[in-house]
Amino acid sequence: MAQARADDYAERRRHLANLSEQELEQRFWELAQEVVRPLLDLARTHTTPSLERSVLLRMGLDSPTAQGVVKQAQAHGLLGKGAGHCVWRYARIKGITIDQAASELARGEGWTELNLFFGKVGASV
Amino acid sequence: MTEEDKFEPSARHELSLHNKLDPEEILNGLEHYRPRRRGWSWRQPVPEKTEGAFTYLQVSKGLRESQGLPAAGYFGGIDPQPECTITTEIASGRFEDDLRRMRMAVFNGADHIMVIRTAGQSHFDGLIEGTPEGVGGVPISRKQLRATRKALDLMEDEVGRPVNLHSYVSGMAGPEVAVLFAEEGVNGAHQDPQYNVLYRNINMVRSFVDAAEAKKVMNWGGMVQIDGAHNANATAREAWKVMPELLAQHALNCAYSTALGMPKDRIALSTVPPTAPPAPALRMDLPYAVALRELFQGYRMRAQMNTKYISSDMREATVTHTLNVLLSRLTSADIQSTITPDEGRNVPWHFHSIHAINTAKQALLGLDGLREFVDIKRDGELGAKVRELKERAVLFLEEILAVGGYFEAVSGGFFVDSGFYPERNGDGIARDAKGGIGFEVVQRAGDYFAPVCAHYGENHVPPEYRRPCDAIVGCTICMPEKIKFIPELDPEDNAEKRLERSRPFRKDFLRPEVEWAGDGMVSVTLFLPADERTAHFASLEIAKNMNLQDAEVIHKQTLHPAEGTLIELKGRIEVKIDPKGLQIPEAEEVLNEDEIRARVAEEPMQVVAATVGEDEHSVGLREILDIKHGGIEKFGIKYHYLGTSVPVSKVVDAAMEAGADAILISTIITHGEVHRLNMERLHQLCIERGVRERFILVGGGTQVKPELAKAWGMDGGFGRGAKGIDVASFLVKARDQKRKR
Repeated sequence: MAQARADDYAERRRHLANLSEQELEQRFWELAQEVVRPLLDLARTHTTPSLERSVLLRMGLDSPTAQGVVKQAQAHGLLGKGAGHCVWRYARIKGITIDQAASELARGEGWTELNLFFGKVGASV
Repeated sequence: MTEEDKFEPSARHELSLHNKLDPEEILNGLEHYRPRRRGWSWRQPVPEKTEGAFTYLQVSKGLRESQGLPAAGYFGGIDPQPECTITTEIASGRFEDDLRRMRMAVFNGADHIMVIRTAGQSHFDGLIEGTPEGVGGVPISRKQLRATRKALDLMEDEVGRPVNLHSYVSGMAGPEVAVLFAEEGVNGAHQDPQYNVLYRNINMVRSFVDAAEAKKVMNWGGMVQIDGAHNANATAREAWKVMPELLAQHALNCAYSTALGMPKDRIALSTVPPTAPPAPALRMDLPYAVALRELFQGYRMRAQMNTKYISSDMREATVTHTLNVLLSRLTSADIQSTITPDEGRNVPWHFHSIHAINTAKQALLGLDGLREFVDIKRDGELGAKVRELKERAVLFLEEILAVGGYFEAVSGGFFVDSGFYPERNGDGIARDAKGGIGFEVVQRAGDYFAPVCAHYGENHVPPEYRRPCDAIVGCTICMPEKIKFIPELDPEDNAEKRLERSRPFRKDFLRPEVEWAGDGMVSVTLFLPADERTAHFASLEIAKNMNLQDAEVIHKQTLHPAEGTLIELKGRIEVKIDPKGLQIPEAEEVLNEDEIRARVAEEPMQVVAATVGEDEHSVGLREILDIKHGGIEKFGIKYHYLGTSVPVSKVVDAAMEAGADAILISTIITHGEVHRLNMERLHQLCIERGVRERFILVGGGTQVKPELAKAWGMDGGFGRGAKGIDVASFLVKARDQKRKR
C-alpha cells in the first residue's frame, strides 16, 4: 500500500515546466507505450486456460468440451504446447476428426500418447 | 473479410407497428440463425439537415418509423436524430423480457444496446450456456446473444437504422467471450484489463495475457472497444480527484490496444463528468473534458453520465444528466451513454430507460450547433487547469516506470487512491502480481501452436500451411458453419419455461409491468403533511389500503421538517384486465393543422362563445379560442366571445345576429346538474327559434364527457385535456356532415 503523501506537484513538475503543449503530450504517449511494452511481450510468450479455450472454440468445439480439454492439458502439463495443438496433433496421430479427438481428450484419453509424441519431438528440437 | 459489413435495412418489414414482438418466435429456429453483419455502425451525419421548420447542424439520417419527443407535436411531429450514437443499458435478469424494452428504446432513438451481465459472470471461468435467469443483469450466453441479435435485426428494419449490440469482454473468460461475440455478431464491447485487476481482483498477469488475445479477436470482429476507466470515478471516495489517474488508465488501455492493431477510431474512452451539483460541476468537469480530448485526438469519446452522485430523486438525476449532455456538446461525444433516472432507487424500469434516452435526445437537439455561437475560452484559467491535469498525468506515468512498471505500481497501491495525484491518501487498491483469482499463466513452449485466426503472439505454424487454420481446414472465423450451438443445459431454469409462465400476460391479459411480463409493479407518488419518518410509515399503511403487495418506499424527500414529505413507493398489484372486455369509445380522428387552415381559408367560419349560467370562469374557454394558446383562432376561425355568466338565450341571439356557424358554451364548474340543464336548454331554444339546423352546438368544460353532451342535444362535447385543434377539427368536420344531411 502506498504511503500517504502531500501534494508535491509544484516540486515534481519542474522538469515539465518548459515543455511545449505538444512536447508534453508526446511525452505522455511515450511513457504509456513504455509501460505497456513489457506487458505485450508477456502476452506474446504466455498463455492461459481462457486463451486456450478460446482457441478450441474457434476450432469448432463446444464450450463444455473446450473446458474438458484444457483441464486435462493443464493436468498433463501440456498447456504450454497449446490446447489446440494437442487436439490437432492427437487427431493426426489417430487419424480421426478434430471433434472426435477433442471429445476423447476431454474424457482424459490419449494424453499418454501425446506426452510420448511431444517428448520425442522435444528431444529432437 | 476484413472490412466491416455494410448495413442495409431489409425492405421487408417483419415487425408491424400493430403487433408485439413475440419472444417465442425469436427463439424458434435459433440454431440456424446467423447475424446479418459484423462490426460497429456509426450514424450517418447529415450536415445542415432540414426537419420541419428548422435546420440542424448536428443530426444524422432520419428514421423510417420512430417516436419523437413529447413536445414534437408542437413542431409538426419531427423527430431529428442527433449525430452521435445513443446508448441504453438494458438487463433485467430475464433477457426474453428485455427484448420488448429494446424495441421501445430503439423506437425512441437508441442505437447502442448495452447488455449488463449477471452478478458474478466476471468470475465465471468459462462460457455460460443456455438462458438461466440473472441477478441485476443477464447471463451472457450464445443462445441469449443470438436471440437478442435476431430480435435487433428485426428492430433495425422497423426503424431503418443499424442497432449495435454490446456487452463485456472482461473477467476470467475474456478471450472466450471475445470469440463468442465475434461469432454472434456483437458489435461493441467493454475491454480493459485494468478493470479485471482493480475491481474484480483477477490476477493481473493473466488479465493482460487474456486481454491481448481478446482484443485481437474483437478487432477481427470490427467491434468498438470501450475501456473501463470510468469505474475509478465511481469507486474513488472523491471522484474528481482521480482525474490524473484516469488519463493514465485511458492511455494504458489505448497504448495496449493500438499495439495489438486496433485502430484508434474503434477505441472509445469511457469518460464520465466527475462531479454533479451542488458541486460547481461544469467548472470542475470542463477542464478535464478538454484535457482528455486534446490528449486523445483520433480516439472516440463515449460520454457516460454521472452515476456516482445520483440519489433516489429522479428529477435531480435528470438535471445532472442534462448538464452532462451540455458538457458533451461543449466538447464532443461520439457515443452518448444514458443512465436511467431511477438507477438510484431500483433495477432500472423499462419506461425509465426510455426517459433516459429522451433526456439525451432532448438535450442534444436543444444544444444543436451550440459551438457555432459559444466557444470555450481555452486560454486563461481553463488552459492552466488543462495543462496541470496533463502534467499530473505525465507524472503518474513517470512514477509507474520509476517503481519498475505496471505490476509494481498496482502492487504499490497507485490506483484509485483518493488523493489528487501526486498527492496520495494511501487508500488505493493494491493487488499482488502473483495473487488474485486465476493466476494460471503458462509460458508458451518452443513449438506452441494455435491453429486458428485472430490469434496474438508466438505461433509456430507448420510450414506446409499458409494460414494457421489451414491445419484444420478453417476455423469458425473463416467458416461460421463450424460454430456449435448448445440450446440449454438446465431443463427448468431457461427462457422457454419462463415464457410459458408469463404467456397469459403477454397474450391474453393486461397487468402493469416495469421489468418482467406480468410483474404487477406500480409506483405511487403522494404527499403527506408530516415529518419524514411518520410519512414513511403512514405511506406504507396507505399502500396496504390500496391493496399493494410488498410495498416499499423508494424515495422520500423532506419539503419541510414539520410541514411535509414527498413519498414515492412501489408495490405489486395482482390485477388482471381482459382487453377484449373493455368498453372503449371510438377515437375522434383529428384533421391536421394545415388541412384545417386550408378548409377555413376556403370557406370562412365564425363562432359565438360564452361561459353560460352563473359561472365566472373563463380560462378553459379562452384557451380553446385564443391564438396565443393554440386555440381555434390559430386556424383562421373568427370568434365572438360574450364573456362569463351569460344567459343561454343571449348566446342564441348573438349567434343569430352574427350569422355564426357554431355556438360554443362552457360550463366549467358544475353544481348539481347545471351543465346538463344548460346544454339541454341551448338545444331546445335553438329548436324553438327554428335555427337548430343552422348551428353546430358544442358544450365544453372540465367535467364534460363527449357522449353525455351528445345525449343532451349537443353536436359535440369536449372535456379536460381538449385542445383548440380538437375543437377546430371537429367544427370543420361537423360543417361537412351538416351539409351532407
